Amino acid sequence: MRRASWFNVTSLALGLAFLYLPIAILVIYSFNASRLVTIWGGWSTRWYGELLHNDALLSAAWVTLRVALVSASAATLLGTLTAIALVRYGRFRGRIVFSSMIYAPLVMPEVITGLSLLLLFVAADVERGFWTIAIAHTTLTMCFVTVVVQSRLVAFDRSLEEAAMDLGCPPLRTFLTVTLPLIAPAIISGWMLAFTLSLDDLVLASFTTGPGATTLPIRVYSEVRLGVKPEINAICTILIAVAALAIVSASLLTKLHDVGRQRATR
Amino acid sequence: MSVPAPSVQQRKRNLGQRLVLWAPYAWLLLFFLVPFLIVLKISLSQTAIAQPPYLPTFDLAAGFSSLFDAMREFSFENYALLASDTLYLHSYLKSLEVAALATAILLLIGFPVAYGMARASRSWQPALFVLIVLPFWTSFLIRIYAWINILQREGLLNQALLALRIVDEPPVWLATDTAVMIGIVYSYLPFMVLPLYATLERMDESLLEAAADLGCPRWKAFWLVTLPLAMPGIAAGMLLCFIPILGEFVIPDLLGGSETIMIGQTLWTEFFANKDWPVASAVTVVLLALLVIPIALYQCSQLRDSAGGR
Repeated sequence: MRRASWFNVTSLALGLAFLYLPIAILVIYSFNASRLVTIWGGWSTRWYGELLHNDALLSAAWVTLRVALVSASAATLLGTLTAIALVRYGRFRGRIVFSSMIYAPLVMPEVITGLSLLLLFVAADVERGFWTIAIAHTTLTMCFVTVVVQSRLVAFDRSLEEAAMDLGCPPLRTFLTVTLPLIAPAIISGWMLAFTLSLDDLVLASFTTGPGATTLPIRVYSEVRLGVKPEINAICTILIAVAALAIVSASLLTKLHDVGRQRATR
Repeated sequence: MSVPAPSVQQRKRNLGQRLVLWAPYAWLLLFFLVPFLIVLKISLSQTAIAQPPYLPTFDLAAGFSSLFDAMREFSFENYALLASDTLYLHSYLKSLEVAALATAILLLIGFPVAYGMARASRSWQPALFVLIVLPFWTSFLIRIYAWINILQREGLLNQALLALRIVDEPPVWLATDTAVMIGIVYSYLPFMVLPLYATLERMDESLLEAAADLGCPRWKAFWLVTLPLAMPGIAAGMLLCFIPILGEFVIPDLLGGSETIMIGQTLWTEFFANKDWPVASAVTVVLLALLVIPIALYQCSQLRDSAGGR
């Protein structure tokens, strides 16, 4: 028996209002016609038009997109392998070190990870730029991918794999034709999570960047320090839309997959 | 090299299966563990006006003998500086204070929200879950920027306060401790709500009914039944918030003023403005030492959970 008590409903409503009101205000003001960010001058898409002529922002967006694509793909590969090793390999030498290295970056302040990676690149005399940012983002986001894929693998019905093997299917082929399709939704949502995390990251990128590789967050950050501008409102709104699209499609994908599986088992 | 026999009876792993483990393992060793060792080493080096700006430099090619030579030149000067200069002590204490206060506020706000979620009807819960997670997917830089919009002198908050005649003069919000606190609580709320929701949602409600049947008042049942059962979630939420807040850089930098200098900012300034890499590394090592305590506590509680449950 569940009745919505007024206290529960109020606290939920207040909590959600606190989370969404600032973002809503930002989105609304990005359509403000006035250059003065505090005065409402009517609806307009003027600032979105001006974004198209801002070359510095556009090239930063292009760098960010490429970094996110490369690092999310690498992180998905490494994170999925990690999840398989952690779930399937039982005990192995160095397991504790391995799992600590996976969970530590999830909570580690980014200034620490950023500084230590930069010092590694300096010690190894690597030229900093696109690839160093991509490596830094891969290291951070593969841990998130691992957590997502791991939760799927734990809930996985192994009898399907065993059936395939009993019927003479070799291990690699079993993995590709049975396991992979079943954990694919988790892998895809892991990729999307890694992608958005990479798009957002400021601290790691600032430490590991080099000449010519300015990402969008670095650019936005340096503009934000100078104050609120309508163009920044517009670019933030676009980024919010991209993130919202990613999470909605990821959750729809998982849901569709679950519904399909329920039908199949019936 | 012999691979130790796993506890479960299993065939010896072939090359592909070993690669599954070793590729990510090697990646993390190289890009997560080794960098920390370098930080530790540089924190013991001396500052130099050179490129890179520390002495002695790292030279693996010369083999281990040079490593020992370098070790003899290690100095604890940077750590002595951290202890003697009140600037560092002050920013460590400030970070601890901000992180502790913010975690407490987060718990006070996050618990009712998580409780409301867990007690909502089953059909609503997935939607509420997505609603709580969604802000986590948008850039935190954007979320902080949204607050600058609201908190600035002519911002919506002051406009509202003036219109409602609560104040006569617009109060200053930006560059204060209050602004930093608002920004942190706002950014970390999902990190507190989700672990709390996960434990509260699993809670058996018949326990509360049993308490009510036996004449226990509702507040007392909350205190004696709900709260103890929610403890794992409370611990996880507090640690998930406390640790990253301690090293937070962007929020105090954008919303805070000169009196809120947290350790993340000190590290950033030492590194980027003063170019004093050894001191920046020493700041990192001490911060890391501060973090090991809550991380170890968290790992312990995780191990206990996985050993106790199911």
